[in-house]
Amino acid sequence: MFQGFRTEIIVEYWPLFAQGLWTTVQLTMVGIFFGTVLGLLLGVAKIAKKDFGPWKWILRFFVKLPANIYVSFFRGTPLFVQILLIHFALVPALIHPESGLLIQGELALFLKREYGAFISGALALSLNAAAYIAEIFRAGIQSIDRGQIEAARSLGLNYFDTMKDIVIPQAFRRMLPPLGNEAITLLKDSSLVSAIGLAELAYAARTAAGAYARYWEPYLFISVVYLILTMGLSYFVHCLEKRYQTP
Amino acid sequence: MIQIRGLNKYFGSKHVLKDINCDIQKNEVVCIIGPSGSGKSTLLRCLNALEISSSGQIEVGSFVVTDPRTNLNKLRAYVGMVFQRFNLFPHKTVLQNIMIAPVKVSGLSKDQAEVIASDLLLRVGLSEKALSFPDELSGGQQQRVAIARALAMNPQILLFDEPTSALDPEMVGEVLEVMKSLAHSGKTMIIVTHEMGFAKEVSDRVIFMDQGQIVEQGTSQKIFQDADNERTRAFLSKVLKVH
Repeated sequence: MFQGFRTEIIVEYWPLFAQGLWTTVQLTMVGIFFGTVLGLLLGVAKIAKKDFGPWKWILRFFVKLPANIYVSFFRGTPLFVQILLIHFALVPALIHPESGLLIQGELALFLKREYGAFISGALALSLNAAAYIAEIFRAGIQSIDRGQIEAARSLGLNYFDTMKDIVIPQAFRRMLPPLGNEAITLLKDSSLVSAIGLAELAYAARTAAGAYARYWEPYLFISVVYLILTMGLSYFVHCLEKRYQTP
Repeated sequence: MIQIRGLNKYFGSKHVLKDINCDIQKNEVVCIIGPSGSGKSTLLRCLNALEISSSGQIEVGSFVVTDPRTNLNKLRAYVGMVFQRFNLFPHKTVLQNIMIAPVKVSGLSKDQAEVIASDLLLRVGLSEKALSFPDELSGGQQQRVAIARALAMNPQILLFDEPTSALDPEMVGEVLEVMKSLAHSGKTMIIVTHEMGFAKEVSDRVIFMDQGQIVEQGTSQKIFQDADNERTRAFLSKVLKVH
């Protein structure tokens, strides 16, 4: 079978593969960035706690509960379903020339035509990653010794500064390996958005495969590309870990 | 300086502080002794609101600690605390550990804070360790840094929660030396300790606690040589025999 490996399929579809690679990389970067930002907020929201006073109830029902529901939903349903739900239901509700809740008119038309699938795909991947990253942040923050928080608070630092300067920098180090895992998962899961017609790597392979009715070449090729990307990513995380080690 | 009235503290259904009443004067050095689990540390931690008291009133300086409207961050800048397990920030250098409160709480510039921090390091005899990380220091040195850090906000009151209990015996002396010099400099200090010799030597007053109550208090001479209460005498004879 390998003597018949037709490299010309890859060569002929090279522009589509190259564009697909770039889209995959973009999706992954956008997903990691927004997933991390939103995940941090969610993670902090999940552990927000006040022992007494009116804030106790405000935090419990308007911060903690929504964060828990969010994480449960995005961890408890398939990403594939989330992508379809977001692309065909949520995004059209938000961005629509006539009835968009967020964006309407010309701009909505333009966004939909030019970036429709990318917006949906990036949104779905970010929202999904945020749920997992929230758990990583929560676990990382809770792994920090209580004495660190007590020491910071006993000096007069407020909750925000204690988190920002004392807890999160220490937690970050412990969170790097699971965050790296999540980034790799996100990179691989981005292949699912080919289902909504976004021309990333898996979509390019499917197109090439369909044109020639050949499956080894395109899918093996993108497998190698994914492998190189994930190995590069884990090397990058490894370097970060080294850099942020306690001396 | 400090007034405690009818203080009670429960952990769940466990009654750990029972109707504590106590006054501490400015410049007084008070040692709290007693068996473990007697509520000494909890009492100390109620003073800077690391523990929230269940009932009663605590006043520290001009702060009513037990009033929910009190700005606890201001209170805590006014009261320094040293912990049994040091709790230095491992990702910051010795100097940064001391600078963080002046920078973040008082809003001083890095340069101003560094002057304060260097000064304090000199005072605890660790100037040459300014750029080290906590993990590179011995236990005694870490605790001296922790004391310097607690002094960085120039607090009027210092709380020590068993500051030498996590130290190897040969390092206890250097920490007690620093605390002694602080006591002589006229800081108000409250020290939970098992170092009876130290308590005897530096304290103006010794408080003996057992089972969540203040059983007896008085000058160190009175408590160590002529305690009125049977429980105090039993405790002291037990711990002093070991030493």
